[in-house]
Amino acid sequence: MSADDQPKPLLDIRNLFVQLPRGAERTHAVEDVSYTLNNNEILCVVGESGSGKSITARAIMGLLPAPHVHIDQGTIDFNGESLTTIKESRMREIRGGEISMIFQEPMTALNPVMTIGKQIDEVIRFHTKTRKKHRRQRAVELIDSVHLPDPEHIIRAYPHELSGGQRQRAMIAMALAMEPKILIADEPTTALDVTTQAQILKLIKELQQSHDTGVLFITHDFGVVADIADRVAVMQHGRIVEIGTTDQVLNHPQHPYTQGLMRAVPSLTPPAVRSISSDTELSVNALTKTYKSGGGWFGLGAKERIVHAADNVSIKLHKGETLGVVGESGSGKSTLARCIVRLINAEEGEILYQGVDLRPLNRKEMRPYRSKIQMVFQDPFASLNPRSKVGRIIADGPRVLGVPSAQADKRAREMLELVGLDERAFDRFPHEFSGGQRQRIGIARALALDPEILVADEPVSALDVSIQAQILQLLADIRERLQLSMVFITHDLRVAAQVCDRIAVMRLGKIVEAGPTATLFSDAEHPYTRELLNAVPGKDWHPETATAPLKQDP
Amino acid sequence: MNHTAKRVRYVLKRLLQSIPVVLAILVVNFFLLHLAEGDAADVLAGEAGSATPEYMAQLRQKFGLDKPLPVQLAIYLKNVLSFDLGFSFRHDMPVATLVLDRFIPTLLLMVSTIVIAVGFGIVLGLLAASGLNTWRDNVISIFALITYATPLFWIGLMMIVVFSLKLHWFPTSGMENVAMFYEGWDRVIDIAHHLVMPTITLSLFYLALYTRLMRASMLEQAGMDYVVTARAKGLTERRIVFGHILRNALLPVVTMAGVQVGALIGGSVIVESVFAWPGLGMLAYEALFSRDLNLLLGIFLLSALLVVAINLIVDVIYSFLDPRIEVS
Repeated sequence: MSADDQPKPLLDIRNLFVQLPRGAERTHAVEDVSYTLNNNEILCVVGESGSGKSITARAIMGLLPAPHVHIDQGTIDFNGESLTTIKESRMREIRGGEISMIFQEPMTALNPVMTIGKQIDEVIRFHTKTRKKHRRQRAVELIDSVHLPDPEHIIRAYPHELSGGQRQRAMIAMALAMEPKILIADEPTTALDVTTQAQILKLIKELQQSHDTGVLFITHDFGVVADIADRVAVMQHGRIVEIGTTDQVLNHPQHPYTQGLMRAVPSLTPPAVRSISSDTELSVNALTKTYKSGGGWFGLGAKERIVHAADNVSIKLHKGETLGVVGESGSGKSTLARCIVRLINAEEGEILYQGVDLRPLNRKEMRPYRSKIQMVFQDPFASLNPRSKVGRIIADGPRVLGVPSAQADKRAREMLELVGLDERAFDRFPHEFSGGQRQRIGIARALALDPEILVADEPVSALDVSIQAQILQLLADIRERLQLSMVFITHDLRVAAQVCDRIAVMRLGKIVEAGPTATLFSDAEHPYTRELLNAVPGKDWHPETATAPLKQDP
Repeated sequence: MNHTAKRVRYVLKRLLQSIPVVLAILVVNFFLLHLAEGDAADVLAGEAGSATPEYMAQLRQKFGLDKPLPVQLAIYLKNVLSFDLGFSFRHDMPVATLVLDRFIPTLLLMVSTIVIAVGFGIVLGLLAASGLNTWRDNVISIFALITYATPLFWIGLMMIVVFSLKLHWFPTSGMENVAMFYEGWDRVIDIAHHLVMPTITLSLFYLALYTRLMRASMLEQAGMDYVVTARAKGLTERRIVFGHILRNALLPVVTMAGVQVGALIGGSVIVESVFAWPGLGMLAYEALFSRDLNLLLGIFLLSALLVVAINLIVDVIYSFLDPRIEVS
């Protein structure tokens, strides 16, 4: 695709450098980046966190956090206008009028105290001189065009009254209010559930085709790229390492970094079945946990709401097995995990471990079993106490259970080594480590108590794909070495396919289907399971075939 | 169900909730005051001099102070429930009349203080935040720091020295010039004239507090994602500040104002003493030293009711500002 046989591109970025403030990790957030975007085209910019993909987008919109971060060199050409030298008043016309943007987190990206209608109305009011009645009509049309039900109701609603997917649709409606020529989408589906994500991707594609919009789509997910992109640019450390058509980049990647990233994407094809003993390690029978809110005050209180977070849930975990619990947000999978570890108390049912029902045990009676079932949490930033040194975080567990201090410290050092961290980490604070390293610390903390069952609640969902692969590898190693049984909570079916021996699918507090991983992926019985599998982004793209010939690492 | 009906139900629920609160306050106050050494009989007898034990016992019997505590409490509660706050032997008047009489000046002082402190606090905080790190921000921040650190009574005394004694701009004390027998608007103007210095004195501290809070809140909100969205929509900075950031930034200020109404009554004791403002604070001060427990309990009850009522008002305002709060 040479530039000569193409019409002039809509957006032309040349040799862009964005400077970071002094003392930052590197001098430039973006270095020598050039790419173009044409009418009626979706260009995906892929990269891990810190690769500069979002900063480039902000630079186009003139939304860099001035004065600390600013464009150092290079040009951004939009339809013949240079966005780097343009007047601020003209830039404001372009923003929201000719180039619009949607963001990752639809909850925080909308003003919480303003109705959806008013937020859409604002765009039209600032860019045109339309009368109020017509603006309102236009807002209703826009809401309707993103397939939201009952537009008249939606424009009067506040953001918190909508679901995540609905909010993102409203956000898209707002971005498209002025029929912009370019839509910049910054990880618009990352915070959404997989089925919602599939719908939003479909919507973006549909709107882009009907309006001939050029879409700059920023993502970290190669699956999404495979589903939506016409062309792909891969970024690393502020530079573009590879750019080309979707087929070129996804199926014949040239740059080692791209190849490495793709190898790290878990395949949807489950690996060969492991032999698992038939002894039961843990069995959960008819577990029920209900959350109640409101009610009371002689009928003056809020309407009583009852949520069945876990509704008659039964699962069986065999010795040495990894049982996946998959489901969307609000399905009750985390509640289940917390009930098993006894962080929250279920009302009914039993949690049988070595013939003892753990559910009704009180604090003291539970003590001997605490160390046997340990948990790894999702957020490696929030789950470690920032004021405690790493050694103390790990050694605290054994110490509380009566192990002498010196021995607990020794154990902590051993655990650090086990999870692949340097022994010097012992005297450091959590903030000195990266996300992946922190998750290793979290795992070391759980292992220090010598558990037999590990409950991992989305342990890799906050991590970049290459780090994710490393942590999954670590968990697999440890599982083999220590003969652990694992309950693995995840929303990511790709991860589940690679890690789990059996999978239970949860929805609205109930287990709708459970079975061996391979069976579940090939012949899912429940319609919801099939819906989930269908929604996995990039399900028709097989990274293993794309990179297979180049695969050298063990 | 529409929003108005929801709000009415919410207010009803809150009123229902405040009944046990007020009852608990009554009981706790009663016992707290009886923990203090001495009673009205001691003070009266002490002032009269050379009181015999018989006279003391007679006094106690007259005021009902000889009965066991729980009985006294029961009688007190019964009386309060029939809107009888008792009799102040010291002032020789029913407590209810006395307290209500002094309530209006205090309310006047409090309302004007809140309006000035919150109003100017918001404006100053907004100005400081929108000119971050400029001279405007620095001047406002330094002003806030100084007023925050200066004791209330000292400001009051200094204002009297400067504005009353030297410049003769404002009267030194009192609420109105009784000798002039003003009526109608003249009286309003006269009271307003007297109100200026006590209000400024009392509000300076809170003004500093709200300025700092508003500034911090504005800066925090300015970093939120929805502000980037607003900017990406092509809005002007003016519209972003007034249309988006301001309303969100007000929320913590309103919360804080609601919490501090109680503290304001405490602060008014000092200011009322300094300016001889005939309010509840002064009355409480006097009642405390004459061990006039009936009167004190009456004042406490009224203050408690005031705080409960203002908190309710603040919560209702809050529900208008923040749609995420569910009123029902």
